[in-house]
Amino acid sequence: MRLELRVYVNGEIRELSGVASLAELITHLELPATRIAVEVNREVVRRNDWSGTMLHEDDRVEIVHFVGGGAG
Amino acid sequence: MSSAVTAVSQNEKLIVAGHVFSSRLIIGTGKYRSYEEMRSAHEASGAEMVTVAVRRVPLDRSSESFLDYLNPSLQILPNTAGCYTAEDAVRTARLAREALQTDLVKLEVIGDQTTLFPDNEQTLEAARVLVKEGFVVLPYFTDDLIMAKKLLDAGCAAIMPLAAPIGSGLGVQNPANLRIMREQLPDATIIVDAGVGTASDAAIAMELGADGVLMNTAIAEAKDPAKMATAMKLAIEAGRLAYLAGRMPKRLYASASSPLAGVIK
Repeated sequence: MRLELRVYVNGEIRELSGVASLAELITHLELPATRIAVEVNREVVRRNDWSGTMLHEDDRVEIVHFVGGGAG
Repeated sequence: MSSAVTAVSQNEKLIVAGHVFSSRLIIGTGKYRSYEEMRSAHEASGAEMVTVAVRRVPLDRSSESFLDYLNPSLQILPNTAGCYTAEDAVRTARLAREALQTDLVKLEVIGDQTTLFPDNEQTLEAARVLVKEGFVVLPYFTDDLIMAKKLLDAGCAAIMPLAAPIGSGLGVQNPANLRIMREQLPDATIIVDAGVGTASDAAIAMELGADGVLMNTAIAEAKDPAKMATAMKLAIEAGRLAYLAGRMPKRLYASASSPLAGVIK
């Protein structure tokens, strides 16, 4: 079994150890759990499903939040 | 305050898919010099809905919750600003809904970096997908009547034609097209989005029959954003009242306001 898992988070390669689920990735990144949203391989994963979503090698994870903006 | 103004402010609500707003001004949250300046501008504007953008969180633990700087009573309208394809706009809208638990979305699919003009074709495609998924879609598009009809047929809750390029402050460059849109689509909710530079521009948009105006830069880049926000609030109300009042026809020549008879000789 591999000890490290390579995934792409917001376009950056991350080699992770001790991280199996999406919830663990969020914790590992020390992100606030509220007012963010996550997609894995272009599909939104609802908050309640974070802990049950296992990450796989080369998964592409996008984690977004909100910033000031009007248009463009 | 006169009874006419009171009556208008009480009965004349802006309604977007069941969301009721007393203010016809919607404002952005970008380009302010500080959060404090943004908050005071928001308060002065009287706006009840503000738009925010969706972006990747920084992974260096520098992330702060921008939303904490907004008055919690404001309705948040997430936007898909920065998207150049229908697919990215749809993904962005889905992410926003998941994070904010709102079906509202200001749909933007940009077609060109220099003008930030919308890609109407991609916008329509995204609108169709999002409406099917239960979103309340407010699309930004060019001031084209046929496109407006297609967006409404697709089920958009309101349509948001531009008045001039985003952030240009050029003012309403397309009064004829906006007026035609109003006359041909009397039941549509039309919110002019982008191009307003100062208060008179907002008043003109409303006088042309817009149901509301969305702006960001005109307030954020004013020397005193809170003061400009107040000016915009008043301009929107003035323009709306003038539209409802029905303006006099334009004449090329003078028409005396005083009786012609009885002048001393």
